[in-house]
Amino acid sequence: MRYRKERLDRGIKVRCDDVFALSSYREVLYLAMPKVLPVAILLIFPLLKGVVGLYYEKALVITCAISLLALSWDLMASVGLISLGQALFFGAGAYLTGYLNYAFKLSPILTIPLGTIGGALFSTFLLLPVLRLRGVYFAIVTLTLPLLLGRFIDTTKILGGGEGISGLSPLPNLWFELYVAIFAMLVCLFGFRRLINQDYGLVLQGIRDNDRAVMSGAINIYRFKVEAVFIAGLAGSFAGAFMTHYYQFVGIPAFAMDYSIVPLTAAVLGGPGTFAGSVIGAFILVPLSEALRGFGTLRVVFYSAILIICVVGLPEGIFHYMRRKYHQFERRREIG
Amino acid sequence: MIRSVIVYGLVSSAVLALTAMGFSLTFGISGVANFAYGAFYILSGFLVWALLNYLKFPFVLAIVVTIGVVGGLGFVTYWSILLRVRGVVLSEVIATFALGVGILELFRWLGFVTYEFTLPSFIKGMVVIAGVPVDYQRLFIIGIALALVIFLYFFTHYTRIGLAFRGIAQNERTAISLGIKSDLTGALSLALGSAMASVAAIVILPLGIISINTGYEVLLIAVAVGIVGGLESVPGILVASLILGYAQVITGTYLKPEWMAVVYLAAIVLVLSIKPSGLFGKFKELEERV
Repeated sequence: MRYRKERLDRGIKVRCDDVFALSSYREVLYLAMPKVLPVAILLIFPLLKGVVGLYYEKALVITCAISLLALSWDLMASVGLISLGQALFFGAGAYLTGYLNYAFKLSPILTIPLGTIGGALFSTFLLLPVLRLRGVYFAIVTLTLPLLLGRFIDTTKILGGGEGISGLSPLPNLWFELYVAIFAMLVCLFGFRRLINQDYGLVLQGIRDNDRAVMSGAINIYRFKVEAVFIAGLAGSFAGAFMTHYYQFVGIPAFAMDYSIVPLTAAVLGGPGTFAGSVIGAFILVPLSEALRGFGTLRVVFYSAILIICVVGLPEGIFHYMRRKYHQFERRREIG
Repeated sequence: MIRSVIVYGLVSSAVLALTAMGFSLTFGISGVANFAYGAFYILSGFLVWALLNYLKFPFVLAIVVTIGVVGGLGFVTYWSILLRVRGVVLSEVIATFALGVGILELFRWLGFVTYEFTLPSFIKGMVVIAGVPVDYQRLFIIGIALALVIFLYFFTHYTRIGLAFRGIAQNERTAISLGIKSDLTGALSLALGSAMASVAAIVILPLGIISINTGYEVLLIAVAVGIVGGLESVPGILVASLILGYAQVITGTYLKPEWMAVVYLAAIVLVLSIKPSGLFGKFKELEERV
């Protein structure tokens, strides 16, 4: 007797995928749960300081920052721009914020927004000549930019040089840190998901799939690419700006390889193109890496292994898998 | 001063050309940007070092074994990883990038970070050329870079495998219809590119110590030279190496040595904004770049 696997959409999924015809609370719950439950857990988590301990509360802030970088990676990937250097956004935001705070003694309330916008503008400007390239060429340049900028700061000794700028003003308290990070992450997550489903997002995805076709529709793809990079830059630079005040320090490590490879791994592990996948990836990887802190740089080797395995063996990512399991059920059928 | 700039500019150009050639060769043939290139370079350095110091191999044998092993590693990489994600640029880039970072950081974790890791030069001593002292190793670099360019020219023009490489590079489908195996050619191109990284490492590394960060730097050099010259063109690589090499030495001599690294960034940005396909790249220009 041989079997095959049969996959069926759940009835509610068939009815409610685009037309919302809900007939019971159960169905409302079914649709709302995947969004509400994680958000609720995230919002309650900071209140549980006594249970989870300060260490993991702090890990949550880092996780949110990495999620933001992964989200910004995912947005750029949706336009077909593969970035290997998210550290560029992070570093740009971090340095601008640090400098504003150090030189002009502005408070974090001002420096973080200014650093976010300024960092995004700066990195967009830097990527401007490269946006005409696509695929491998773009990836190559983004990989080198943060490394070169880090070196540039080190050699020219501007902005604190190799020692960096320390003693920046701290954020008010842990609650503020946690909730700002969580809110920023959630706003980006749901904002990007909404953006990509609108006409604007369709154009972006069109550029990824076939830029010639979009061009022949009399759409200026470079304008869209610049805007997408700027929006992605806002998310990435905010992470940098925020973490600068969180650490009260900014230095060459802001351009380090970690900030490029961890978001990349998170997005690929979670499933590129969905945004939620990036966040899931980050929430798996960062706590894991906190737990493995004792292994030092072996963690990076670990990320690399995950990346290769995911790219080759699980190209759709965790999120797609989870969504499929949630919306469909499987059964075995005999085949004759 | 000016004479030393001329002589050392040539040396530094040869270093750049030698470093960039393997990367650009692989990319030109199979379209795979081997981001593990820098890692293969460093791996070769440590492999020779280990063979010499642990297994007490004679120097020549160690070199041959290393080039063979790293070339084989390139082949295996293609066959086991890249073949499965062929054609998906995102996955290719991520897979090779992850492999490269993984190898480099593994070495860092294993503690290959001290100053004891150096390779011996082939022949010690130096010679004075036009009033400038140059050691033999640097002359070797120029010689081997030239030899490799000539070898590549003859290899790609007069051997079956070389002609298959060019066929695949020019038009993959037509080449397949003529019986050239695309996968095998791709794997061989990656093997050859990795072997050339290994040659470059063995010749260049005796000038300094083997450090992990050199791995990232090598990738950067390969990319900068490739972008300035046009990624798939050998004359482009040579001209770009000369330009960058002299620019580097001139900045090093007349400004400050620290500014040398900035030259790459400036060159990349300048070339990309003026002529994005590179000085000599024309082929695949429309399809891939703009």
